[in-house]
Amino acid sequence: MRLAAAVVAAWLTVGVAQAADSIPQSLTGAKGDPARGRTIVTNRHVGLCLLCHSGPFPEERFQGTLAPDLKGAGTRWSEGQLRLRIVDSSRINPATIMPAYHRTEGLVRVAPAWRGKPVLTAEQIEDVVAFLMTLKD
Amino acid sequence: MRRLCVALGAIALAVSAFAAEIPPSDRRSGYDFMSRETRAMQDDDTANPGMLSVLEGGTLWTRKAGGAGKACADCHGDARTSMKGVAARHPSFDAARGRPVNLEQRINACRVDRQGTPPLAYESRELLALSAYVARQSRGRPIEIAVDARTQPFLDAGRATFHRRQGQLNLSCSQCHDDQWGRSLAGNTIPQAHPTGYPIYRLEWQAVGSLQRRLRNCFVGLRAEAYEYGAPELVDLELFLMWRARGMTFEAPAVRP
Ligand code: HEC
Ligand code: HEC
Ligand code: HEC
Repeated sequence: MRLAAAVVAAWLTVGVAQAADSIPQSLTGAKGDPARGRTIVTNRHVGLCLLCHSGPFPEERFQGTLAPDLKGAGTRWSEGQLRLRIVDSSRINPATIMPAYHRTEGLVRVAPAWRGKPVLTAEQIEDVVAFLMTLKD
Repeated sequence: MRRLCVALGAIALAVSAFAAEIPPSDRRSGYDFMSRETRAMQDDDTANPGMLSVLEGGTLWTRKAGGAGKACADCHGDARTSMKGVAARHPSFDAARGRPVNLEQRINACRVDRQGTPPLAYESRELLALSAYVARQSRGRPIEIAVDARTQPFLDAGRATFHRRQGQLNLSCSQCHDDQWGRSLAGNTIPQAHPTGYPIYRLEWQAVGSLQRRLRNCFVGLRAEAYEYGAPELVDLELFLMWRARGMTFEAPAVRP
């Protein structure tokens, strides 16, 4: 009984932390690969990040100006905060234009090729988070 | 200071949540966001590839077709007078269909009902040529979309499509074209989405294409299900966009990146 209460309390804390500002736990239970993360972030058809963001990618000629520069993201945010922002930015800012990268519900008229699939898989999210954590000022 | 920031934040939020319409004095054609070279290409009839389509349309205009053996010119005469301003007020309400029709549908209605020929397919060379030729006669004219009780529901439906988040990327047209115009999407300047120059010659297509083709491109970009050519939802969206651009100068055949 005591144990159950403790488990519920722990679950609640995690839940609240997540609702507030962060997803502290890895989606896969493992650490991501920053090198793969960089490839995802700079690929216009996979990560799409540089459509909107700029960042420390001197080799990328075309970058976006709709969103903050990604430089220093790993200093500004904790790993859990970054994870939440990639998984579903709208939980922080409902009016955001940043797509929810790991959500499939609540979407309208998704093209058949993408239906039921998140923009990035759990592994890819972890790779991106691991890479963003390397972007220190 | 803190108070001010909170207030400003609240205003910023409110603005982004209820994308305001672009005030008339801030409205810009896609032309204004293009490079000098691309603008020069549009301005010079001998360099604008869309003019080839216009020329072809001029030939089709006088060609007899169908069981009735009639050419467009047999009924409409000189397009330079009879078609002046026509494209700049389409989509317009069609009493027989009980809904707005776009220019392509209007031309096809004449082919079927008046000439007794099968309708031309969307994006077929001939339909693009005829619509480019008719559209050319509105160049320099203001866009005028009449809204009345009959068209209002279709206009509202188009507006709703424009403001609805959709696709896997969960973005609305308005979030880019009302809120972010002038900014760079991976190097492409986001225009305001005014359909002032259709059909256009698009450099990326290396071809002439209709407004519906352009709209479908943006749906695909959002990873949203694109409506079929001629779908009522797309015509309603065209109607809304033309109404949104009311008063702007028509410039077909435009060139776009
Ligand atoms: C459609 C535009 C868009 C795309 C695509 C996009 N973002 Fe964002 N992102 C934004 C905007 C706008 C913000 C600013 C916060 C807000 O408005 O929600 C933001 C915020 C962020 C932040 C926090 C801001 C900061 O201070 O660093 C991070 C980190 C981030 N994005 C990472 C990414 C990554 C990584 C990708 C690709 C996997 C990505 N974004 C794709 C628009 C976008
Ligand atoms: C037999 C006569 C006839 C022929 C041939 C004909 N039309 Fe028409 N067209 C009409 C009539 C009558 C109307 C106006 C009544 C209506 O809305 O149907 C019209 C309307 C139009 C309109 C809308 C004009 C406006 O003011 O809104 C366009 C555009 C048009 N025709 C294009 C064409 C083209 C292009 C062709 C050749 C492919 C063509 N028509 C062939 C009789 C004809
Ligand atoms: C992520 C931002 C974004 C969203 C969302 C978006 N577009 Fe666009 N749109 C663009 C860009 C960028 C261009 C210009 C492309 C180019 O120059 O190659 C464009 C071009 C256009 C044009 C051509 C304007 C001209 O000058 O001819 C129209 C019309 C248009 N979009 C309509 C729409 C509609 C309708 C939707 C919603 C289904 C939509 N867009 C959603 C970014 C967006």
